[in-house]
Amino acid sequence: MENAIAWIFIFPLIGSVACAILGISNRKVSYPIAVFSMAGSLWAGIETLMQVISSKELIVSYLFGGWTLDAYPRGVGIEFHADILGILMTLVVLGVGLIVALYSKLPVQDETPGKESLFYTLFLLQITGLAGICLTGDAFNLYVLIEVAALTGYGLIAMGSHRAAAATFNYLILGTIGASLYLLGVGYLYIKTGTLNMVGIRDVILAENLAESPTMQVAFVLIGIGILIKMAFFPFHAWLPNAYCNAPTTTSSLLAPLVTKVMIYVMIRMILSVFGVEFSFESNLWTELLPWLVVVAIVCAAIMALAQREIKRMLSYLIVAEVGYMVGGVWIYNYYGLIGSIFHIISDACMTLCLFLGAGIILRKCKTTHFDGLRGLFSKMPLTMIGFFIGGFSIIGLPPTCGFFSKWYLITGGMVSERWEYMVVLMFSTMVMVVLFFRMIERIYIAVSESGENLGHGHGDLGIPKEQTRFDEGPWSMVVPLLLAATTVMVIGIYNQDVVDHIEMFLEAFDLPKGTMD
Amino acid sequence: MFEDGNIVNELLIERLNYFIYVILLLIGLYGMIAKKNLIKKLIGMSIFQTAIILFYVSVAVKEGATIPIYLPEHDPHGQTIDVKEANSTDTKHVGPSVLKPELVKDYANPLPHVLMLTAIVVGVATLGLALALCQRIFQGYGTIEEDELLAKMESREIRSKALSVQIPKEKNKNSKNSDSSSTPPKSKVKKSVKSASVKTASAKKNSSKKPNQKKQAAKKKGPLKGNK
Repeated sequence: MENAIAWIFIFPLIGSVACAILGISNRKVSYPIAVFSMAGSLWAGIETLMQVISSKELIVSYLFGGWTLDAYPRGVGIEFHADILGILMTLVVLGVGLIVALYSKLPVQDETPGKESLFYTLFLLQITGLAGICLTGDAFNLYVLIEVAALTGYGLIAMGSHRAAAATFNYLILGTIGASLYLLGVGYLYIKTGTLNMVGIRDVILAENLAESPTMQVAFVLIGIGILIKMAFFPFHAWLPNAYCNAPTTTSSLLAPLVTKVMIYVMIRMILSVFGVEFSFESNLWTELLPWLVVVAIVCAAIMALAQREIKRMLSYLIVAEVGYMVGGVWIYNYYGLIGSIFHIISDACMTLCLFLGAGIILRKCKTTHFDGLRGLFSKMPLTMIGFFIGGFSIIGLPPTCGFFSKWYLITGGMVSERWEYMVVLMFSTMVMVVLFFRMIERIYIAVSESGENLGHGHGDLGIPKEQTRFDEGPWSMVVPLLLAATTVMVIGIYNQDVVDHIEMFLEAFDLPKGTMD
Repeated sequence: MFEDGNIVNELLIERLNYFIYVILLLIGLYGMIAKKNLIKKLIGMSIFQTAIILFYVSVAVKEGATIPIYLPEHDPHGQTIDVKEANSTDTKHVGPSVLKPELVKDYANPLPHVLMLTAIVVGVATLGLALALCQRIFQGYGTIEEDELLAKMESREIRSKALSVQIPKEKNKNSKNSDSSSTPPKSKVKKSVKSASVKTASAKKNSSKKPNQKKQAAKKKGPLKGNK
């Protein structure tokens, strides 16, 4: 397939239109359409990955409308530009999308009855937007795709209760501020360089030595703050917990693993491919400031996660903490830190997916995700709990899971670049996450034995009637995708070296300080 | 920076657009963050986006330039044509030419305008979605003031907790089902706003008279019933 990169978008786009049109007469047709388009899109994505790896420059470029790249500055038309990082992110988006699409059959039917076709229309457009963000090579096109992803996201979240509408409103206000600041920054870049193509901007900055220009500094700050708001970095995180907690199950399992991570990818792309490593890290106040902000962010988010008594809300704060990890990994300005950040985007998407899918099943079976409702759940639905806690162990960073390896690279990066505060805070948040998840494990497993007998010491009030602990697993259409996600977490963990090899292939082109470990 | 002409001249005439854009941007940001009324927030959002449009359009301004439509002799995709030269009766044969920088310098740059067309479309979509959200919030809570909204959400949460403690599991399940099924279909949304507001007002009275839990449960269903 020559134009596999275009098929990545054609499948979900056509699928969304088909959902909207065919869904008028027959609502049931939208679920198979969604699954089919996601599968087709994932296949095209894997095909593109093969093409990227086998090409000489490790890049696959697709030009819309037959424009050429000969002119200087490069780029009149819109280009889709797939390098290894971009295509890896796209595969993450498409993989998560496929698993969530498989999972979504029952929750969508029950939570948004009568609106299935509209839901899947938005779902597929969301995937189109997110995959587009990962692959586009045009700075303004990126803004449009960010807004496509954001607008569909607002719609998906607001399909929940009235409370979700209020949460979405806040998300919308903050999201619009973030995207608009990004747009403003792109305007400054355009004034100075005369092009919107990312590679073209980079070429002009290098050729005309624009690094000292105040215009570029303004552009960098505006784009940086815009992206930080969109990725829910700590002081700007206020929209995230409410939006994800009140959203329908499928929405939160789709958005929570993807939206924040894709925005971190945008930050890495801006730093590496647009502004350049030297400009971003060396002529900038941010290199000093951001790692400390990251420290504050991780500590606060971890403590707030500790204070929650409800699974989904706790997971939302965990996402905020994880965003801190990845931003920190980028801004400690180190080869290993960056590998860790990119790897952590991939593994965090998988483990967050696990946790939210698991929380969705718990919510469906127990009608609550409050901690008190968890008692004795292990004997009731063991498969769900295994899937959920594989995700949890990966967040903590236990060895066979992928979370361990990405965290390992992050800590190595902190050590090599002698950012001790970052290392310490990583350790601290690991401790907090151990407390978080083992507190839950105690409730689901240790406090009550399989026969319903109370084994816990000092938990006298936890006695649970027998009928609550008999085997009662969630529906298979939900449990199987969860186990699939959990398997992915394990497989990526076991084959971590392959993933890291690919990331290293991408990072070789950039001049990053490697340092040596003593 | 200000060698020729005084500062006032520089600031007020040559850079006036940029000053206005910054001021509008800040007004918009203030409106979005500080105002308590949701519609006022949206007005702030519109001002914010308009400021960015003003910025882009100001960037594209070029004095003495013409609209960016090719003159016939410049059209790179066109046919060869005959152009009458000034002050003579001869005609010159002009063919499609590659656009050199000196040829295009008299055209205004269309790109920022085109970008802003896209941004306006995005802005309209955002505003429309936000207004729909406002309507939904109003249906649910009967207010679009942020303070009242937060208070109502809190009190409703406390009440639902109290209810879930008192009512055994099966009843809880029922109320959940009725909650989701009574969400009004889209076509009725517009008509029902008025009745919803009336109903919430009456529901308020109810709850203030008899604040025991059964009545509160009735109030919870009040605004939703109004939509049927």
